[in-house]
Amino acid sequence: MIEFADVSKRFRAEAWAVRHVNLTIAKGEFVAVLGESGSGKTTLVKLVNRLVDTDEGTVRVGGKDVRTTDAVALRRTIGYVIQQVGLLPHLTIADNVAMVPRLLGWEPGTTAARVSELLELIGLPEMRDRFPDQLSGGQRQRIGLARALAARPALMLLDEPFGALDPITRVALQREVRRIHEELALTTVMVTHDLVEALTLADRIAVMYRSELRQVGTPKELMTDPADEYVAKLMGMAKHQAEQLATVTA
Amino acid sequence: MIELVRGLPPLLAPHIALVLVALLAAIAISLPLAILVAGRPRLAFPILTIAGVIQTVPGLALLALMVAVVAQTDGLGVGVSSFGFPPAVIALTLYAILPILRNAITGLRGVDPAVVEAARGLGMTPGQLLRLVQLPLAASVIAAGIRTATVWTVGAATLATPVGQVCLGNYIFAGLQTRNWTMLLVGVIASAGLAVILDLLLGAIERALAQRKRPWLALGALVALVAIGLVVLPRIGAGESTGPVVASRTTPTAITKIRIGAKTYTEQYILAAVLEQRLAKAGIAVQIVESLGSTVVFDALANGQLDAYVDYSGTLWINQMKRAPGTPRWRVMVELEAWLAHDYNIRSLGSLGFENAYAIATKRATAERLHAKQIADLAPHARDLAMGGDYEWFGRGEWAAVRNTYGLQFKRTATFDPALLYDAVARDEVDAIAAFSSDGRIAANDLVTLADPAGALPPYDAMILLAPRVADDPGVTCALAPLRGAITVELMRRANLMVDREVDKATPAAAATWLLGQVQVADNCR
Repeated sequence: MIEFADVSKRFRAEAWAVRHVNLTIAKGEFVAVLGESGSGKTTLVKLVNRLVDTDEGTVRVGGKDVRTTDAVALRRTIGYVIQQVGLLPHLTIADNVAMVPRLLGWEPGTTAARVSELLELIGLPEMRDRFPDQLSGGQRQRIGLARALAARPALMLLDEPFGALDPITRVALQREVRRIHEELALTTVMVTHDLVEALTLADRIAVMYRSELRQVGTPKELMTDPADEYVAKLMGMAKHQAEQLATVTA
Repeated sequence: MIELVRGLPPLLAPHIALVLVALLAAIAISLPLAILVAGRPRLAFPILTIAGVIQTVPGLALLALMVAVVAQTDGLGVGVSSFGFPPAVIALTLYAILPILRNAITGLRGVDPAVVEAARGLGMTPGQLLRLVQLPLAASVIAAGIRTATVWTVGAATLATPVGQVCLGNYIFAGLQTRNWTMLLVGVIASAGLAVILDLLLGAIERALAQRKRPWLALGALVALVAIGLVVLPRIGAGESTGPVVASRTTPTAITKIRIGAKTYTEQYILAAVLEQRLAKAGIAVQIVESLGSTVVFDALANGQLDAYVDYSGTLWINQMKRAPGTPRWRVMVELEAWLAHDYNIRSLGSLGFENAYAIATKRATAERLHAKQIADLAPHARDLAMGGDYEWFGRGEWAAVRNTYGLQFKRTATFDPALLYDAVARDEVDAIAAFSSDGRIAANDLVTLADPAGALPPYDAMILLAPRVADDPGVTCALAPLRGAITVELMRRANLMVDREVDKATPAAAATWLLGQVQVADNCR
């Protein structure tokens, strides 16, 4: 579904954001891109919907080099959710969710039906005529999700989608995202700096560190066979946390 | 008072038209410019700086400058009048650009970057991003800028009077010059009221935009604005003064409508009314365009935007012909008339019979204390004396001539509005002033004028000038020619004082009627 072939990107002369990344994500996979801030994980994801363009190497979506497709048309086929959500504050929830179908020129009736369907899916049907500033953070992020799903994309890009939420809301929403991923048979790439989130949610984790992709694998693979010191340290942290939690909950 | 309020609509309509056209033009320029530069700080900085510099130019100066600039286009065959509406509207547009531009840039930059990023990620084209996200979110800040610009423009538009655009400034300028405080107040209140009403309307639009939930409110206010525009625009023609009146035929009775100019002081208002009343009797309709700048009025006559006004030989001799003082009175008149006819096709109907000369005047007490009978007598004391003059005086050739001829070095000089000059010397704020010899306030304030035996000040015979269009018209000539030599300086002083004095004031029109009653000129033109 997505293929990074020796991809590099820099914003200033010697400051590489992403360097020599090779990564293939299969259809239906849920992949977490894990890293600290400044590790290049967000840039990596933006290379997919061309909010950022590569300097070297090729990004392919569905086998097609993204640089050969129109950026605007490409983005309309890919769901995109960011931490700050970015709902349009002057539009109602329904109008926000309907944005991409309208950009694509769907029939008004089809769009309206799709909006209702999505608001049901995320469990907020009564919010359709509210404005974003009347919603809680968790509700806003659900709407962001519904908006990203509106035009039935096969691919979802989530950039720290749960970063600004309280723990209870976060866990509820994480489950929801996983459920929707299964239900709609999506391919999902989620950027996160949260180790536990990556381990509990993703099929595979891509660890970014200092602009480089250090290791890709299932949570188990990373635990048992870390590729380098950084990944080993990271996984050591996870084990330590799990042990501590076990003593607390015992 | 009632009369003044009745006279408002013909001033208000062109005022509103001026403001609306300037604002629409400023919006049309500023918004695209803001969109272009909002994301480019390197472009935004110089453009905002230029707009800021324009803003610091005093309004009156900017208007005067636009007269000169628009006049430059005459040679290009664009056919834009350098008098009245075009220069005024250009200056006001430039004036209104800054607040709109600055707010639009601020508003566009203030849009949450996360919203922009999300909108791009959804697949909006740059155009859709602008239309669906950036402009709607910046709208209330942009509207606030337009509101600021509106209030400024309503105020600044009053300064369009001296460049020949009829507006609420006519009451303000004429009110100040004739010390008619009621007239001044009516003009000021009307202008302030207009600013408040437009501000409230735009405020309603702004709030509706900010709340996004009451589109009908925005719509209602917009409809009100458009309604004002529709009421006003068809009326501009009445108050406006662009372009020459084109005579329909060239038969002897062709001239039925004539436009008369007046500069910014009492005597000019009275003389314009004198011409008006004479022409009205002959069945010719008159429109007076008053409170014009000294060179604006001459240029307007030369370009055919005005048909007649009264000027003074010395003023034209110095300012237009660029000649030096020191020529005898009769020669000035002869050479000036020949020059006007030859270079401009302007016809002089000759002197009205009096001079309104610059004269150096002091209080009688001052003159007696200094034993001053002529200007030269001031020289020994000049280092302790202050000299007052009108806006033009210290920049004019006459001032240099007086100083050089009599060796005067004053302690300081001070510029006053002509309306306030006589008070200034009466209250000892200055010791001597450059007075107007036909001003009734010389006698009223017990001032004495000092003799000028060396002829440093040129003669200033008041003379009626006719533009080429009306120069040979028998009706106009028949009505105005009998005024030649008819008005003595004593009569003119008394007429001026009737308007200028604080008690029992007359309007310029009433003073003109009185003056015509005194001179008893022939009345057989119909």
